[in-house]
Amino acid sequence: MLHDRDRIFTNLYGEQPWSLEAARKRGDWDGTKELIARGREALVQEIKDSGLRGRGGAGFPTGLKWSFMPKQSDGGPVYLVVNADESEPGTCKDREIIRNEPHKLIEGCVLASAAMGCTHCYIYIRGEFVREAQILEAAIAEAYEAGLVGRDACKSGYDIEIRLHRGAGAYICGEETGLLESLEGKKGQPRLKPPFPAAVGLYGRPTTVNNVETIAVVPTILRRGAAWFAGLGRQNNTGTKIFCISGHVNQPCTVEEEMGIPLKTLIEKHAGGVRGGWDNLLAIIPGGSSVPLIPKSVCEAVRMDFDSLREAQSGLGTAGVIVMDKSTDIVRAIARLSKFYMHESCGQCTPCREGTGWLWRMVTRLAEGDADIAEIDLLWDVTKQIEGHTICALGDAAAWPVQGLIRHFRDELERRIVARKSGGDRAAA
Amino acid sequence: MPKLVIDGEEIEVPAGYTVFQACELAGKEIPHFCYHPRLNIAGNCRMCLVEIEKSPKPVASCAMPAADGMVVHTDSPLVHKARKGVLEFLLVNHPLDCPICDQGGECDLQDLTLFYGPDHSRFRENKRAVTDKYLGPLLATHMTRCIHCTRCIRFLTEIAGVPELGGCWRGEHMEITNYIEQALHSELQGNIIDLCPVGALNSKPYQYRARTWELRKTESVDVMDAVGSNIRVDARGNEVMRILPRLHEDVNEEWISDKSRFAYDGLKYRRLDVPMVRRDGRLVEASWREAFRSLADRMAALPGERMAFVVGDLVDAESMVLVRELAERLGCPHLDCRQDGARIEGRVRAEYLFNTTIAGIERADFCLLVGTNPRWEAPLVNARLRKRWRMGGFRVARVGALFDLTYPVEDIGEGPETLRAVAEGKHEICEALERAERPMLVLGAGAVAREDGAAVLALAHRIAERFGLVQEDWNGYNLLHTAAGRVAGLDLGLLPGEGGRDLAGILEGVEAGEIELVWLLGADEIDVSRLTNAFVVYQGHHGDRAAPIADLILPGAAYTEKNATWVNLEGRPQHGRLAVFPPGEAREDWKILRAASEAIGRTVPLDTIFAVRARMAELAPHLARIDTVTPAEWGKFGKRGRLAKAPFASPVEDFYLTNPIARASEVMRQCSREILRPLTEKATGTHG
Repeated sequence: MLHDRDRIFTNLYGEQPWSLEAARKRGDWDGTKELIARGREALVQEIKDSGLRGRGGAGFPTGLKWSFMPKQSDGGPVYLVVNADESEPGTCKDREIIRNEPHKLIEGCVLASAAMGCTHCYIYIRGEFVREAQILEAAIAEAYEAGLVGRDACKSGYDIEIRLHRGAGAYICGEETGLLESLEGKKGQPRLKPPFPAAVGLYGRPTTVNNVETIAVVPTILRRGAAWFAGLGRQNNTGTKIFCISGHVNQPCTVEEEMGIPLKTLIEKHAGGVRGGWDNLLAIIPGGSSVPLIPKSVCEAVRMDFDSLREAQSGLGTAGVIVMDKSTDIVRAIARLSKFYMHESCGQCTPCREGTGWLWRMVTRLAEGDADIAEIDLLWDVTKQIEGHTICALGDAAAWPVQGLIRHFRDELERRIVARKSGGDRAAA
Repeated sequence: MPKLVIDGEEIEVPAGYTVFQACELAGKEIPHFCYHPRLNIAGNCRMCLVEIEKSPKPVASCAMPAADGMVVHTDSPLVHKARKGVLEFLLVNHPLDCPICDQGGECDLQDLTLFYGPDHSRFRENKRAVTDKYLGPLLATHMTRCIHCTRCIRFLTEIAGVPELGGCWRGEHMEITNYIEQALHSELQGNIIDLCPVGALNSKPYQYRARTWELRKTESVDVMDAVGSNIRVDARGNEVMRILPRLHEDVNEEWISDKSRFAYDGLKYRRLDVPMVRRDGRLVEASWREAFRSLADRMAALPGERMAFVVGDLVDAESMVLVRELAERLGCPHLDCRQDGARIEGRVRAEYLFNTTIAGIERADFCLLVGTNPRWEAPLVNARLRKRWRMGGFRVARVGALFDLTYPVEDIGEGPETLRAVAEGKHEICEALERAERPMLVLGAGAVAREDGAAVLALAHRIAERFGLVQEDWNGYNLLHTAAGRVAGLDLGLLPGEGGRDLAGILEGVEAGEIELVWLLGADEIDVSRLTNAFVVYQGHHGDRAAPIADLILPGAAYTEKNATWVNLEGRPQHGRLAVFPPGEAREDWKILRAASEAIGRTVPLDTIFAVRARMAELAPHLARIDTVTPAEWGKFGKRGRLAKAPFASPVEDFYLTNPIARASEVMRQCSREILRPLTEKATGTHG
């Protein structure tokens, strides 16, 4: 359980205004100049020591990522791009940060840029976030006005320009290189890696792409020290994390908690428990729609961090916890996710373009039991043919929920097929 | 140089190689669809996946740089499983219409399915259907077959420089399309038919006409422009069914222009396939014997100076040897191969060659275009210039008419006065010319085919001298011919002899009654109305502009119907080969000339093609060195003189209709109508 004193996002629920004045009262923009003055090496080292892992889903160590950026400037622009294209179903953490704590993000942009020698920072915000974009725009203007951003930011002698860019609402533009393509004005299609953005990124220049939450926690880590952050959570899974709990719980909520908190505690403590009691639980998707679901048996003891969930054959992802009780038609739920991935596939590479549609059609038939038992294995095969063979991770993201379904609910799939074969549609439902 | 281990064998590859290239170097065949060595890497088909140790996932080899110490497996179970998976995905939405698909027999997807494909389909859902796109008169589309490799998009964007294709929509709804339903505006668009790994893009004229395995393939040379593109003529029976490019890195790489590819239907129409003589004002069919008798009646008693020979654009070198020999025996000095009226003197070979060579363009760092539109006069030279521009550090300036060449061009003037300013060092661009290490100048055929052509040549010579265009291992002076036969004609000296008249003089002589007989060898692009006073012999293969006014027609062979030598604008002799026989009574041109010489009583004793070629080697030894560019010695050319005010103009007004074959081609007419006219003509509202 997180103590209030360790909370980073103290205005997550918007009880106070988001404005610069209010943010300053909460401790934002405090001593930013001195933090910048520590120098690039020290800032990157501090983040490395804190053990911060990227909050966008993959959990890549942030300090390490920053250290890939060129140490010496060649005089050209170097970019920080903040990924605010939060589109993962079940996830609404970046939205809350931008709504209520925009200055944490902006200060984070300044500090992260200073740590990597970036000259420009772009914040790519999801097109549907209209109000959020307005708030962020206004907050950036406030920061410019106050001399915190721009030439000689915070009077530190460091120049940083921050620009907000609104996307057009495509899930794939949340993939870091797809985002860069979109930012350049092209069709959002992920790029081949290597070269990685740190070498060849936005407009062919060195670029780091970070999630909103990752950047927003940076100022607090630097102010309170790596040791404090590393002292929270578990080894390799340090710090706090914003969890978004939705679905069949009594009080869906977004809450900051310590990494590694048991899933059951998280739900019972913050979300008012599962609708109809814990025993009414069917399964949980613990990290946004892209990760495999885990059945109740696994939910009992699993901890909410990168490594524990990986051991449970799922993942922390974006920490969008989707709770499903026993009233859920689990196959139709997964079919809906498959439809989402089919719809959002960019169409660039073969396995995802052709595979996601096939998956959706098969899962949809399975939901009605309109299939052969052998097709469950075919479905598994197809997910395996997509997984790991694509340019970006959307292929994996499309395959995993279906794999989770087959792994834990194979008997349910078979039951529907048998029921339909023996008695028609009614029995299947 | 990175060292890798590929399937257990260590191999060292040049730096910058991809894993794919390294595997090819190691002799491993990697299946692929989207990868093409001349296009940017897309990495989207995922067929070239290989296993690299320490990498958790299979890796797309086409996009992965080869690094030191990599251990690559191209034949492991993981790789095979990945390839099978990808292929299955490609096939789930691919129609099973191979039996009616033109690509059948030369389809990458078909071939790879044989190796990696499943023996049955596991796909139970409905297949996707995609609306076909209209891309103009040359390209037939079957978009349901498309596997989205994007080669066509990349070719048009990168190499042709006409970004008119793109991918619309997402996921399984992604479609390759031109954004506006109209013909593509590239003169290289036919190449995307070859690039398409499946049958999504086919040749419209060839559609459903033949199966590839029925075709007889003959390697030959193209004559639609002076580039000398290497082609393969595919024929069935005695009909040319299609023409494809052949690889020649120094000439056409692996592309050809649309005229080279699609004009072949012109070989079937308006052919002169029987000798004809004019009787009572009408041309009537005759036998060769009658034709030669009529010729002999006219020529045997006529003094040489009262006759003339004009040689056209598509004439092969062998025929020109015969023309030269015959004219000599007739004592006829009035001989000209410059039917466009070019003021080339022909004494210095460097004067009329593309000395830089086509591949040499890639070494240049500055180019001055003078009175030329390379995009229409020689599309593949233009593609090279674009390729050079894409490599970076290349400036192009132009004196002449504005035209979109697909790369940025600085327009510095339109006429000879600008050229003079450059030659005198009085123009801003001179600074760039001076700074350039390997500058080149391309003089258009249109710029020398003017009254002041000799003076323009002299200016070009001055520029070449002044700005160091000619160095020890670099000659930046180039003349861009448009006619396939011109360089051979100049090499063989088909120019007015002692006291001889050039084309203008011949026309005047005819009008003055001083020349009574004109022998046109494939010469159609002259003002034939001025020949009415003379007895006109037309020898050629098409009833184009000159044949209707001729008094005697000797039917010849087109370029696909003879074994002949062509010399391209670089001065590179190449052999064209007989793919089909000339129609009807038509014969190879050198044989007609040989037979005619005997009929007139001035026998040219060259009885075999070997004898003709031996004589050719005596006249111009470098023509015997097939596929070799013999560098020409630099010398003085051009004649100082008054310059006209008129701006330079390209000789090519309509790219698709430049020669008798193209003008006879229905496909080329359609292209002219659908691709060019919308650009130049405004619709009036009463159109269609």
